[in-house]
Amino acid sequence: MIGKSVIRKEAWEKVTGKAKYTLDTVSSGTLHAKLVTSPYAHARIRDIRTEKAYAAPGVRAILTGEGLPLTGEDLRDRPPIAWEKVRYHGEVVAVVVADTLMQAEQAAQLISIIYEPLRVVGSPKEALAEGAPLLHENLATYQKGKYTYPEPGTNIAHRTKIRKGSMEKGWAESDVVVEASFSFSPSDHAAMETRCATAEIRADGTVVITASTQAPFMIKRLIGEYFGEEVGKVVVHTPFVGGAYGGKAPVQLELLAYLAAKAVGGRKVSVWNTREQDMVTSPVHIGMEATIKLGATKDGKITAAEMVFLFDGGAYSDKAIDVTRAAAADCTGPYHINNVWCDSLCVYTNHPYASPFRSFGHCEQAFAIERTIDMLAEKLQMDKLAIRERNAILPGNTTPTQVMLNKSNVGNLPACIARVRELIEWDEWQRIEINSRLVRAKGVSCSWKTSTIDTDASSGAIITFNTDGSINLITGVVEIGTGTKTVLAQILAEKLKMDINDIHVKMDIDTQTTPEHWKTVASRGTFMAGRAVLSAADDAIRQLKAIAACILRVSSEDLEVGYGNVFLRDDPSVYIPIKEIAYGYKYPNGNAIGGQIIGRGHYILRHLTPLDKETGAGKPGPEWTVCSHAVEVEFDKRDYTYRIIKAVSVIDIGKVLNEKAALGQVMGAMSMGLSFASRETFFFDRYERVLNAQFRTYRPLRFGEHPEYIADFVYTPQIDAPYGSRGVGEHGLIGMPAALANALSTAAQVPLNQLPLLPELIWRTKEGWFNDSV
Amino acid sequence: MKSEVILHINGEQRSTVIRQADTLLVVLRHLELTGAKPGCLNGDCGACTVLVNDTPIKSCMMLAIETVGQEITTIEGLHDTAIQRAFVEQFAFQCGYCTPGFVMNAYALTTQKPDADEETIRKWLESNICRCTSYQEIEQAVRSVLVQKKR
Repeated sequence: MIGKSVIRKEAWEKVTGKAKYTLDTVSSGTLHAKLVTSPYAHARIRDIRTEKAYAAPGVRAILTGEGLPLTGEDLRDRPPIAWEKVRYHGEVVAVVVADTLMQAEQAAQLISIIYEPLRVVGSPKEALAEGAPLLHENLATYQKGKYTYPEPGTNIAHRTKIRKGSMEKGWAESDVVVEASFSFSPSDHAAMETRCATAEIRADGTVVITASTQAPFMIKRLIGEYFGEEVGKVVVHTPFVGGAYGGKAPVQLELLAYLAAKAVGGRKVSVWNTREQDMVTSPVHIGMEATIKLGATKDGKITAAEMVFLFDGGAYSDKAIDVTRAAAADCTGPYHINNVWCDSLCVYTNHPYASPFRSFGHCEQAFAIERTIDMLAEKLQMDKLAIRERNAILPGNTTPTQVMLNKSNVGNLPACIARVRELIEWDEWQRIEINSRLVRAKGVSCSWKTSTIDTDASSGAIITFNTDGSINLITGVVEIGTGTKTVLAQILAEKLKMDINDIHVKMDIDTQTTPEHWKTVASRGTFMAGRAVLSAADDAIRQLKAIAACILRVSSEDLEVGYGNVFLRDDPSVYIPIKEIAYGYKYPNGNAIGGQIIGRGHYILRHLTPLDKETGAGKPGPEWTVCSHAVEVEFDKRDYTYRIIKAVSVIDIGKVLNEKAALGQVMGAMSMGLSFASRETFFFDRYERVLNAQFRTYRPLRFGEHPEYIADFVYTPQIDAPYGSRGVGEHGLIGMPAALANALSTAAQVPLNQLPLLPELIWRTKEGWFNDSV
Repeated sequence: MKSEVILHINGEQRSTVIRQADTLLVVLRHLELTGAKPGCLNGDCGACTVLVNDTPIKSCMMLAIETVGQEITTIEGLHDTAIQRAFVEQFAFQCGYCTPGFVMNAYALTTQKPDADEETIRKWLESNICRCTSYQEIEQAVRSVLVQKKR
């Protein structure tokens, strides 16, 4: 069962159009909300006039930001609806609720708002410059988490410091030093299902929310914290989610749906983003400016790393703080460096606010680190894979946050590198001129990631038996596309030695009946929920054995569970079918014992600690998955266009649980990484307004533009994980931007240190390189 | 302006009241045929693809009133087809949101162009966006059906 490409449990629902997503569940009679958003990136709101809109047909309520509490997971800096000031283009200023969406849209156009534009902040560097306008004058007064460190009087929402070893020593030991700067603007997740939520408040005060989210249990908690609702009276439903990639981890529209429902006496209200709004109004993929300085000995041993990451958190910090912390925690990449100095800042700008994006800060920092390592290799005239092997992190080394690694909590990077070397035929050639125009080149990178989530993140599982001996499997993992729920069924089937078809998976989440899973993020679903499922199975096995022991008149220690029976280990002919005891056992005379078998289990992450404020020391996650990547391109020297020919990722997965699902996760992540790296960015005008918030001008990779994907695995078990498997949902993505940039830098023979790698960027860089200016 | 119309959907006659400005996508979803998904309402993503007289059409770009008298096929009208089986077996979906649109497009391609070459496959399928898979899985699903048809 383990490792097989078991067909996904929801496969037929999805290929027949029957799978229900949030918007598909909106019933007639539901009211519709239209968001009125800011046309300015930074402005004072002088006046909002809603009278005409109120008078429009069908309008039930109009919401503005007056009197609402500030929200935010680490730092409460964001009003759910802007009040007095807008801080990004697309920020919600008012919400119109009407009988139909069309009426809401028409009324929204009748709202008149007078803005007084303010000076805008267009990048982290601008935000940190002397005299920059402050986005949050009241930063000092905001409620914040214990481990969040805003710097009032500046645009810094949070700073993570990593201090390991001695920089003085590190530089003294180095023979060469390289330094380079990197940058890219915010971009988008572009999940095909735009974010949406409905809310209603029932007569007894129960708040019922249906949302397209990765964090139904966090919605429940936050509605309680922000608005004083009893947490037990907030019920969140999440059906299938149409893509998330981190963009549905933040809680935003759910708050508006709740407020809207409250404004109309509890009636059900639907809030749904248009594509254009989804791209700018809801949280985006973070931008970054970074400077990396590496020192190394002549033979390529890196002795010192100094890095500054200035993340463009946008107008509000929300989850961006965590992203910048995660980037810092793994700041060296998968390399053993004794002397490390890193400052990772979450900086406020007048851009749409940032959220997690698949890889959680890692593809961003890896782009900077891996480009610098290539530059170091060039300076040392070393092979680019060899320098990575030379510095590869190993058991016995410590991470930047000073966690001691062992054979379980880190994978085998040298093995990943060796496999990539074969798969991309690295030793054959790295750059060849095909003719006077075309050049082929290869680029490589390595990556790693741990999860940097709450130290007390937990997951629960419930299994209930049916009268035919089959099982219902209920977990809090949201089916966002990863296939985790099918993998969990495989884990259970393996444990109970039963047919996978006899395990029925509850796909949707209902926080009233589904056990909690912290959030479906961080590639931790299989590990945490998997452990919970194993624990629930053990619980059920114990119950099954207890009742069978009674019926069979044997000791429960002598019993085994499997193949639909409970049987004697040494004589399987003595057995009782599970279906006869699943709902309790009835003796021939009518007497009964037992009752429905209900197994329950949970798992909580172990021994994690927050990072120390001054040194960063602490344990952010349970294990590090390591990977190596390569990309081959064909570059046209005449017009600077290129084709991506081949992309390779080798990941130490520990153990494959479902082969096709695992390959799909890796290749899909690679695709997203290449799409981001090659073409995806928001373009801002001088007023920091987003110019390309639609798929015609923001153009993700399409069919036919995809290269050949090769995903392969190395198997170093994580001993405490189900069957030794490691997190793998994001890792194919992490090294892609770096590998592509390295390949193109080799092809064009110019360092390419910005994203996305549009032909125009390559042309500008190349021209600038030779002419000493652009 | 509203009018009552009869639409021919998946072999059935469906009577409904529509505004003349309603797109086919909106009307289908009101009829609880929610397989066609809104993704961009701008013809860019293909999540709302249905067949009108066997031609794949982005239903967000066509007015419902234009389809009166024409044969509309939505994902709900396909039952256990080769392309659906191929999508299941090749893991050619993840979140599933773009899947109905991709399946409709690929269904029309594989039934109407059994000899499709690489260029034809690309031209047909580049109109849809999938954000989860690498497209390689979808390509394999489509090719596996084309190979079956050739046999």
